[in-house]
Amino acid sequence: MTVMDQQTPAAAIVDAEEERRARQKRVMAIAKWTLPSLVMVIVLGAWQAYVTIAEVPHYILPSPLLIFTTIFADWELLWPAMMATGRLTFLALIMAVVGGLAIAVAFTQSKWVEMAMFPYAVILQVTPVVAIAPLLQIYIDSAFLAALLCAWIVAFFPILSNTTIGLKSADHNLEDLFTIYGANRWQRLRFLQAPSALPFFLGGLKIAGGLALIGAVVAEFVIGRAGTGLGLASTLLEASYRFNFGRLYAALILISVMGVAIFGLMSLISYLCLFRWHESTLKREQ
Amino acid sequence: MTTTRAPLGQRPALLDMAHIEKTFKGDVIALRDLNLTVNQGDFVSLLGPSGCGKSTALRLISGLMQPTSGQINWHGGQGDGDLGIVFQEPTLMPWAKVKDNVWLPFRLRGQTYASVKDDVLEALKLVGLEDFQNAYPRELSGGMKMRVSIARALVTRPRLLLMDEPFAALDEITRHKLNNDLLALRDKIGCTIIFVTHSVYESVFLSDRIIVMAARPGRVIREMEVDAPYPRTEAFRTSAEYGGFASQASAALHTAMGEAA
Repeated sequence: MTVMDQQTPAAAIVDAEEERRARQKRVMAIAKWTLPSLVMVIVLGAWQAYVTIAEVPHYILPSPLLIFTTIFADWELLWPAMMATGRLTFLALIMAVVGGLAIAVAFTQSKWVEMAMFPYAVILQVTPVVAIAPLLQIYIDSAFLAALLCAWIVAFFPILSNTTIGLKSADHNLEDLFTIYGANRWQRLRFLQAPSALPFFLGGLKIAGGLALIGAVVAEFVIGRAGTGLGLASTLLEASYRFNFGRLYAALILISVMGVAIFGLMSLISYLCLFRWHESTLKREQ
Repeated sequence: MTTTRAPLGQRPALLDMAHIEKTFKGDVIALRDLNLTVNQGDFVSLLGPSGCGKSTALRLISGLMQPTSGQINWHGGQGDGDLGIVFQEPTLMPWAKVKDNVWLPFRLRGQTYASVKDDVLEALKLVGLEDFQNAYPRELSGGMKMRVSIARALVTRPRLLLMDEPFAALDEITRHKLNNDLLALRDKIGCTIIFVTHSVYESVFLSDRIIVMAARPGRVIREMEVDAPYPRTEAFRTSAEYGGFASQASAALHTAMGEAA
């Protein structure tokens, strides 16, 4: 009997076939970075050329170079804005995790709670947040809380829905085993249902991270700078009023950067939680 | 620590099942009038086609299901950890290391790892996996996972071990190996085993009692004793004696299938 699927470290390359495969692997590793970069260079180059040659005014379409220099020139303004949006996003995400998990656990502990509440969770999710946000602004005095709630509503559902499915998808034989060994409800939740739900939860977390940012941006648009101080989305909106398209694009790019960073962070958390045992992180021999 | 067993017929009773009936959804009779006494040290195989209620019988004994009528009695009562169970799949927690999987029965009783570490390692040693205590299930082959499952079932030193077609999903070679190892284990720790299988050859090789069951409705149609001495080795598999028992069991199973059809 052998231990399966363990990578042999520094396996000696013996024949041409393996050498070919190793070379292909190296090429793939390089292409993974160079190809997207190449696309970016071509697109930006074409954009820059078009703006320069056609003499497009910067208040219609700023050149990439102008956007790039604006990021640095306006850094004093953009950095605090990014922090403001980031704070709102992360607070909303943390609350979405806490709230989503708590409601998911309540749902799986009591069928009655789920029956009573699930439709409302769905309604909250399917109603466009842009439509709810103005109401929140009216009923909640603190603009920051209104913005936070707005972002939370968008972000919590994938966590709730994924975790609920995860908590219910524990192996049936393991459920039986826990029954035979007299596990109580808490032990069942902690040692069986929660670990079974972990991959599902982490999948929901990846989606929720991006949605929290979208929720924060919507909140800034609708509730305005009163909510977060001057966030990136408010900056973007203001720049558009002033025809400062360099700043508008700079803010837009920073929002994208934040989205990518959040996704990267969530993927990292997911990997760290799963790489030891979960099938999804298993590297298989081709 | 080899244990000695009384000869068949002189063993004290461990478990009585009397007039067990199990009906599903009102009219599907899974088991009809099952009467079975399991004695201490028995290796009982429940042999039969699918739908004969052999797995249902196991679930009734384990307490996962209640009989529609009839009684199941443990002589001397059923204590904590008196029962171990092995399913058809290894049923390990993929997120837990091998040793933590084996720790589970104790953990659910509130016992810390430190307090039962010796038992856990002893159980892993019994199945030959003491070197893999820190591995995760996905790193193990199918046979090894099943061994971990057996170690987990044995770690509480149960008086009764229930096995529900545990080797059915394994290849022939691994299955033979695990059959041999299971018998060696049983000689070492001396627990009583109820083994569900649909393989005539497996049941003859392993057990000293075979209960042949028929389907629709699930019932016992024949009880036979495999009165061949233990330890049984690979040589037993090719002996005339083994062949004789196998044809008896096959014939009984044929009757079971014929009646069912």
